[in-house]
Amino acid sequence: MAFRLKLVPTETKIDFFRWQYITFGVSVAAVILSLLSVLFIGLNFGIDFKGGTTIRTESTQVVDVGAYRGALSDLGLGDVSITEVFDPSFRPDQHVAMLRIAPQEGYEAVTPEVIAQVEAALLAVDPAITFPSVESVGPKVSNELIWKALLAVFAGSTGIWIYVWLRFEWQFAVGCVAALIHDVVVTVGVFSIFQLKFDLTIVAALLTILGYSVNDTVVIFDRLRENLQKYKQMPLRDLMNLTTNETLSRTIMTATTTFLALTALIIFGGDVIRGFVFAMLFGVVIGTYSTLYVAKNIVLMLGLDRTEKTRKERAKGDHEFANIDA
Amino acid sequence: MTDTPIWKTLLVWAIVALSLAFAAPNLFYDRVEQHNDAAAAIEKAGGSATPDQAAALAQWPDWAPSGIVALGLDLRGGAHLLAEVKVADVYAARIDALWPEVRDALRDLRDQVGNVRRQPSPEGVLRVAISNPAGLQAAVEKVRTLATPVVSLTGLGSNDIEVSSDNGEIVVQLSEAERVATDQRTIQQSLEIIRRRVDEVGTREPTIQRQGEDRILIQVPGIGSAAELKTLIGTTAKLTFHPVARVTADAGARPGPREMLLPAMDEPNTYYLVEKTPVVTGEDLTNAQPAFDQNGRPAVEFQFDPTGARKFGDYTANNIGKPFAIVLDDQVISAPVIQSHIPGGRGIITGSFTVEESTELAVLLRAGALPAEMTFLEERTIGPELGADSIRAGEVAALVATALVAAYMIASYGLFGTFAVLALAVNIAMIFAILSTLGATLTLPGIAGIVLTMGMAVDANVLIYERIREELRAGRSPGAAIDEGFGKALSAIVDSQLTGLLTAVIMFFVGTGPVRGFAVTTGIGILTSMFTAVYVTRAIVALYIGWRHPKTIIV
Repeated sequence: MAFRLKLVPTETKIDFFRWQYITFGVSVAAVILSLLSVLFIGLNFGIDFKGGTTIRTESTQVVDVGAYRGALSDLGLGDVSITEVFDPSFRPDQHVAMLRIAPQEGYEAVTPEVIAQVEAALLAVDPAITFPSVESVGPKVSNELIWKALLAVFAGSTGIWIYVWLRFEWQFAVGCVAALIHDVVVTVGVFSIFQLKFDLTIVAALLTILGYSVNDTVVIFDRLRENLQKYKQMPLRDLMNLTTNETLSRTIMTATTTFLALTALIIFGGDVIRGFVFAMLFGVVIGTYSTLYVAKNIVLMLGLDRTEKTRKERAKGDHEFANIDA
Repeated sequence: MTDTPIWKTLLVWAIVALSLAFAAPNLFYDRVEQHNDAAAAIEKAGGSATPDQAAALAQWPDWAPSGIVALGLDLRGGAHLLAEVKVADVYAARIDALWPEVRDALRDLRDQVGNVRRQPSPEGVLRVAISNPAGLQAAVEKVRTLATPVVSLTGLGSNDIEVSSDNGEIVVQLSEAERVATDQRTIQQSLEIIRRRVDEVGTREPTIQRQGEDRILIQVPGIGSAAELKTLIGTTAKLTFHPVARVTADAGARPGPREMLLPAMDEPNTYYLVEKTPVVTGEDLTNAQPAFDQNGRPAVEFQFDPTGARKFGDYTANNIGKPFAIVLDDQVISAPVIQSHIPGGRGIITGSFTVEESTELAVLLRAGALPAEMTFLEERTIGPELGADSIRAGEVAALVATALVAAYMIASYGLFGTFAVLALAVNIAMIFAILSTLGATLTLPGIAGIVLTMGMAVDANVLIYERIREELRAGRSPGAAIDEGFGKALSAIVDSQLTGLLTAVIMFFVGTGPVRGFAVTTGIGILTSMFTAVYVTRAIVALYIGWRHPKTIIV
């Protein structure tokens, strides 16, 4: 036998329901904690959702946040946040900072005069400074973007729910969507607790997490359906364990390759998309967890109707698309 | 292993070959780009090439595919603006233009309606009072005859204006159908004029798109900043010529009826009272060029079309010795005194311009005036260095990700892992081939989408290989196990990929900018990965089995 790297042994007999109350409790607690955090701490919205202006500065000199702040304080711009950005791909003499200016009263987008003032003030502090990007979003657009983002996540979940419902029995659909909501809410919760910048790309990451998590869950459900036909007498709990163990090696394999690709991206992909990649990376981990510990548990709690049906009746039942071999 | 029909195998290999061919130009990005630019420039010049262009053209063979992915603003640098056109401005102008017509129509009914006066009213509404209330009905009827049917698909059967009576006054406003039709025209005109202005500056591949009801998205790669773009397209550039009634230093001077008070552009504390109705407008211009006046100061030379030239000629002939205001966007550029009759419709605008300003004004006048003002809702400027950094970071990340995934796949599945890695390489080539052929734009999140696809694309291979392993364990022969593996895994592959595709489609339709770029690459990546994992891997495995005839296989 040739050498094979195996993260999962060929035969596993893990009882995924052994700690079901603990894992389920942890999941519920995580969801509640996330919701509370979003409600009470809130999210650190980027300009996509809050309006305002971000200016990226770059200089060969070390960023002096205090001096920057001092230079801008006379301009009366209201709330200005300045953060220094670090990235392994920067040259040794490349010092980058991000400035965020709150939306200016009475203007849709920031005026060129304001930007010129800011740039002049910063140039006075550091003559070597340059401004690689300036972005400004008005309150009108940002309000629309919030709704669009919510709509996107809602449409995504609904689409997936309908799809799973058509392909499987309704219990699977409920389990699947519960797992999705769990993944999305906890990811948003992490962004809230650590006050990471939440912008439009994070919403794209959330949608990707939806797609990834459901992908994982559907593969297990697919096999579960096959096994339901094969082992008609086996208790549902044992059947689920058998199915999960059968597909475990694939679940871990795919999670690992995706994880590897995203790790390369988070390290080398630059600071511009780091938040986006982080959301996806976190989503892969939590998506794998929810596949193993959330989706099936809910199906088990709801129970399945396993009375004998002929193929014909099945085809007519509430899951008429179940037998399409696409 | 059952034999796949030969035509199917050939088709798979043909698609692979085509994908590689169409993805290849992206490896020589700069060279192909210069070639394409030169080709476009030569075609524009009617076939004649400068030596530089000929050299650029020779860098890439003509017979080879020359499609390359367009780089998004975040990778190339440039400016992005989202503008909202104030479509309601046009209603007011339309209604104001209606007043003389209404007045003349009612004058014919003077014995019934008495005197006619325009009353103060909100913008876009015309209120007319008549001195004889008994004639109101007749007056309303008469004004209604001025209405014309709206020509549009939706407004069929409705008129352009709505006339009603209110408190003994006649109220005229645009009908709903006419407003919709006007909005449509305003946006179309704005789009056209912005396009002309951006083209005048001559940057590559600008994006100028209508978004939603009354918005226009403008993306111009390679322009220095959004502020620069804004001065180019944000100026209305409405040029009009008015008779001057009086010059004053009083900002609070009260204009008489049918007059308006306008500030001078360059002289502080100078105001002109001019007649509201212009003699000629910029719409009658056929050309405008930067020039110098007889004192060598920068100026703009213009030429009227025949109608404009006649109006201008007649007016100058009749008003020698009187001042004449040249007004740009409600500011008086200058008010020269008419020295003599000016026939032929040629003229020159002098003011205290710099050479840049006169050149810019000539561009704006040539491109025409915007029908309505615009406000800017969103502005982004990305410098070219940041874009270059992002491309570099994306490339490094993609290479490292490929290496990691490849190493892991080969370590896990040995020879079959190598097959999967080959299929993955084909997959990436296919993504680029499709992006290049569609002319899609690659953004930084788009690169992230490709890297993510690398991680997830092997999923289909994993599903198949795990299945083959199980079949082998169940004691099947290599051929049968491979057949079963590919066959049985298919349903799970399609199931799992469809949901990913679904979210990509939703992102594409709901998302803007960066999200869209990500949706495009992940969506295409999912489709191509299904093809490469199932068909290409299978074709490679078939080649291997046909070549080696292994008794046993180890997956």
